[in-house]
Amino acid sequence: MSRNYCAVVGIGQTRHASKRADVSLAGLVREAATRALEDAHMDWRDIDAIVIGKAPDMFEGVMMPELYLADALGAGGKPIMRVHTAGSVGGSTALVAASLVQAGIHERVLTLAFEKQSESDTMWALSPRIPFQPAVVAGAGGYFAPHIRAYMQRSGAPDHIGMMVVVKDRLNALRNPYAHLHQPDISMEQVAQSPMLWDPVRYAETCPASDGACAMVLASARYAGAGTYPPAWIVASAMRSEPTMFSGRDQVNPRAGRECAAEVYRQAGIRSPRTEIDCAEIYVPFSWFEPMWMENLGFADLNEGWRLTADGVTAFDGALPVNMSGGVLSTNPIGASGMLRFAEAAMQVRGQAGAHQLQAVRTALGHAYGGGSQFFAMWIVSSQQR
Amino acid sequence: MRDVAVVSFAKAELIGGDNTRNEVEILMPVVHEAIERAGIDKREIGFTCSGSCDYLQGQPFAFVTALDAIGAWPPIEESHVEMDAAWALYEAWVRLQHGDIDSALVYGFGKPSLGSLPDVFVAQLDPYYLQPLWPDAHSLAALQARALAESGVAPDARSATAVSTVPTALQSEGVAPITDGAAAVVLAAGDVAQRLSPRPAWIAGVDHRSEPHHPGMRDLTRSASAELAAERAGAFAGAPIEVAELHAQYAHEEAILRSALRLGAGVRVNPSGGALAANPVMATGLIRIGEAAQRVIDGEATRALAHAASGPCLQQNLVCVLEARA
Repeated sequence: MSRNYCAVVGIGQTRHASKRADVSLAGLVREAATRALEDAHMDWRDIDAIVIGKAPDMFEGVMMPELYLADALGAGGKPIMRVHTAGSVGGSTALVAASLVQAGIHERVLTLAFEKQSESDTMWALSPRIPFQPAVVAGAGGYFAPHIRAYMQRSGAPDHIGMMVVVKDRLNALRNPYAHLHQPDISMEQVAQSPMLWDPVRYAETCPASDGACAMVLASARYAGAGTYPPAWIVASAMRSEPTMFSGRDQVNPRAGRECAAEVYRQAGIRSPRTEIDCAEIYVPFSWFEPMWMENLGFADLNEGWRLTADGVTAFDGALPVNMSGGVLSTNPIGASGMLRFAEAAMQVRGQAGAHQLQAVRTALGHAYGGGSQFFAMWIVSSQQR
Repeated sequence: MRDVAVVSFAKAELIGGDNTRNEVEILMPVVHEAIERAGIDKREIGFTCSGSCDYLQGQPFAFVTALDAIGAWPPIEESHVEMDAAWALYEAWVRLQHGDIDSALVYGFGKPSLGSLPDVFVAQLDPYYLQPLWPDAHSLAALQARALAESGVAPDARSATAVSTVPTALQSEGVAPITDGAAAVVLAAGDVAQRLSPRPAWIAGVDHRSEPHHPGMRDLTRSASAELAAERAGAFAGAPIEVAELHAQYAHEEAILRSALRLGAGVRVNPSGGALAANPVMATGLIRIGEAAQRVIDGEATRALAHAASGPCLQQNLVCVLEARA
């Protein structure tokens, strides 16, 4: 037996902001889900099952929120599951939902990921005081800064690459009405002058803290034509995990990421990702992760990823546009950040990305990672069933 | 559906809690035991899925430390639900349907002794309308017990009445004990299951359903979602169920579930003692599946039902039907 066909037939997201004080948690997820259903030309009763995801429950103070949100998501009498795989969760959640359709168990699955960061201080939630353990109290930036320094040293990349990435992504975000940050006056000088938080990560090179949600309707071949736009066929999907730390682990270019990418290329029949993939929406919470992931994903040779940024290859009008939506650097509702990447890849294939729509996208990559660069989720979507 | 079976099961149930070992130290021997019993090379396992809850541990990413200890190297295909590991088993069963992998490891763990469990469960409730009232788990359970007693339909009204008076007067034998613990199951498909086990417990059907969250939205005297899940899992068709393992944390929940799952007098219910004997939260539901499967593997039953629950007053229910095949 083999996997059944599965396609993205509806996509919706909220307006993202530092504080969505105008909506409850239920209101937030409902905003994204309703838009996805409208895009799919479906009603709540059409949905067979629901799969939701988010990062740690302590971010909102609601434990296992699939219970409380069952009403808002129309889950009465239906199966609902909750995925949690750290930062990659938005991607993994979509993959678990797709798995239900690919297995032939359900035909129309609603998948949704969210975070309402304004409900708490995520820095606090990530840095609890654990007895008999040294307190890290560094936040995610403090954790990843040494990886970035290691990358800069290995690759010999010039110092300004990170600043180029953030300027590119924030300019892309101006095309995206849903993006959290809209900074029309962003410039290399402005980024250079922003405070250094975790050397070499400047304040302007970090992702914001956002409230927001993203939802998709995934469907079998029978319902693939249901939506406003053509379906984005899921032609490859994979998850890979590795331990947080052990002697000799390459945290700059993790093996789990390389193997996850190799697996989706194998499934999609892609031999040269650089030329066969039209665009990529990848998880870049700190600017330097663009060149790092370009290498990890096989778009560039080892220590050469920064050249794609430097040469404008990853720019909106480049040969391999990356993060057309503005990326995580412009919008970061943590649990939803992975799903937003997967959704943007599908939006590009379906031709529904509005002002951030590229020309003639046939094949796009969605990517998410989490934990200490150890959890990876990826999919490749295509206008062609294969 | 592709034929998938439970080929091995292991558990640790530490009544009253274990203040000498952390979650990982409790979990690891259990995982090793399940893999050893299955007789499978760890590198052969195609998918790993776990269930756990940060709120029990009191810190984010409870599952990450477990994954580190599992030894995910070379990198593995792995996922996690912030739910009872019975739902991790469901995710693994779905994944095995794709046909490209033949085995999966499922595990769950919890250490509720670290906090006050009835209060921790308050964090599961609607944060706007229920959490501020702080109805702890016992109070909500008592609400359901009272509804059942007053309805006059309770097959076991005595325990229900006892539970219903006031939460502080809950009969100790009617409430699950605080238990730390873990469980692990190895699933295998088709020929691989037959290679690994002389008598695998085949999953004849598995399904899960939710209900509205607010207690006032539901008829608390019955479990519509457990009944629907059982129907979808095929529990009401085919050969009769001989053994049932129920995830009932209170005596009255067992009465509601016996009725919803249509378990007659001839069915052996909870030969393991059930959740009322040991309740390692986040592993308790998976243990029900493991225990039911073990009855089949050991030849004590040819068809068994396992049930897992989540949320206040049995809000969400999973049913798995296991059977032996000639």
